[in-house]
Amino acid sequence: MGRLVAGIGSSHVPSVGVAFDQNQQEAPGWKPLFDGYKPAKAWLKDVGITHAIVLYNDHGTDFFFDKYPTFALGVADEYPIGDEGWGARPLPAVKGDAVFSWHLANSLVVESEFDLTICQEMVMDHGLLVPLPLLFDHEPDWSVRTVPFQVNVLQHPLPTPHRLWKLGQALRTAVESYPDDVRVVVVGTGGLSHQLHGDRFGHMNSDWDKEFLDRIEDDPESLVDIPHDEWMERGGAEAVEMMVWLGMRGALTPKVNKIHRNYYLPMLSGMGLTVLEDTLTSAAA
Amino acid sequence: MSRETGHSDHIPGTCVFTGQRSQQGLKLNSFAFSLHKAENREAYRQDPDGYMDGYGLSAWEKQKVKEKDWKALIEEGGGNIYMLLKVGAMTGDGLVPIGAQQRGESVEEFMKTRNVPLRQNM
Repeated sequence: MGRLVAGIGSSHVPSVGVAFDQNQQEAPGWKPLFDGYKPAKAWLKDVGITHAIVLYNDHGTDFFFDKYPTFALGVADEYPIGDEGWGARPLPAVKGDAVFSWHLANSLVVESEFDLTICQEMVMDHGLLVPLPLLFDHEPDWSVRTVPFQVNVLQHPLPTPHRLWKLGQALRTAVESYPDDVRVVVVGTGGLSHQLHGDRFGHMNSDWDKEFLDRIEDDPESLVDIPHDEWMERGGAEAVEMMVWLGMRGALTPKVNKIHRNYYLPMLSGMGLTVLEDTLTSAAA
Repeated sequence: MSRETGHSDHIPGTCVFTGQRSQQGLKLNSFAFSLHKAENREAYRQDPDGYMDGYGLSAWEKQKVKEKDWKALIEEGGGNIYMLLKVGAMTGDGLVPIGAQQRGESVEEFMKTRNVPLRQNM
């Protein structure tokens, strides 16, 4: 049966993708960020992850406001790399698993009553593509099968943090009812603090970022009732996407093994990473 | 949320991207979104006015795009920052110059406010 092995929370700052493609991993400004992912990648390999469900938001790569889904699930075997306006990144097409995705769709829609937009074609955005090669091998091909799960955090009204928490719980139910022996990580992406518009452009809040990391690890339910306005006020308007991490955390046991954390605040965004192990699955192993 | 405007603008210096703003900026954002395709970028390069006319942009919107007045496009025009980044990419204006303009600063002034001045930060 399917096992929910781990959860990862990660930022998806686009400049990290640029730096990665330009081999800036050892540059002094970037080293603290890239070094932070090395233990995460090694650990994911150790625990034998086969599938990653990645909760992320599109930034105008494949989805536009003419028709904008609150939740969109990819159900393809392959997902092309998007051109966001400056050319596609040199990465192999993201490898999916249509059979597993359709199982998730059935469980989420029918059993857990999540009304999803189901996408047989989906083009990948930096929301997913920034963390993916930092966590998994991609040469010559991806070492993991990915299920992209898009969440609207751009156009208000947004789903609530509570709804994302419930989504995480529903994802666990769906994974555990899969008949094949898949070993799954749920990745929640976005944040941390940043604001990209208005006079408040450049707002960052490392105190809030660190408090958020503590709470997502140790006391995640304390975050589910925080209103959107408060996320925006504390972290910056675009940092409301931090609540997507709750979809990851809701999939895990209340108590988790804290494997690794990294935090770096160089320029415009708090860049966070947390690696959490599910205690029920690890105890059963 | 204000009943009159439908906007949730209690945070100073912040324009929350509400449904009302998205409705107001639909044509502008649709134009900007279209630039994710290379052939559209080429068409825009060839004839900016004609291309923007094709998306039904107003004279004000076209003028603000040409002036790179990101602040006005967002605060008054319903522009979405993630869509406008694709317009900026056409002229080599990444997130930093777009942000500095909104703050009323030069890029150099803005960079002095950062912890680690990474230049690739788009």
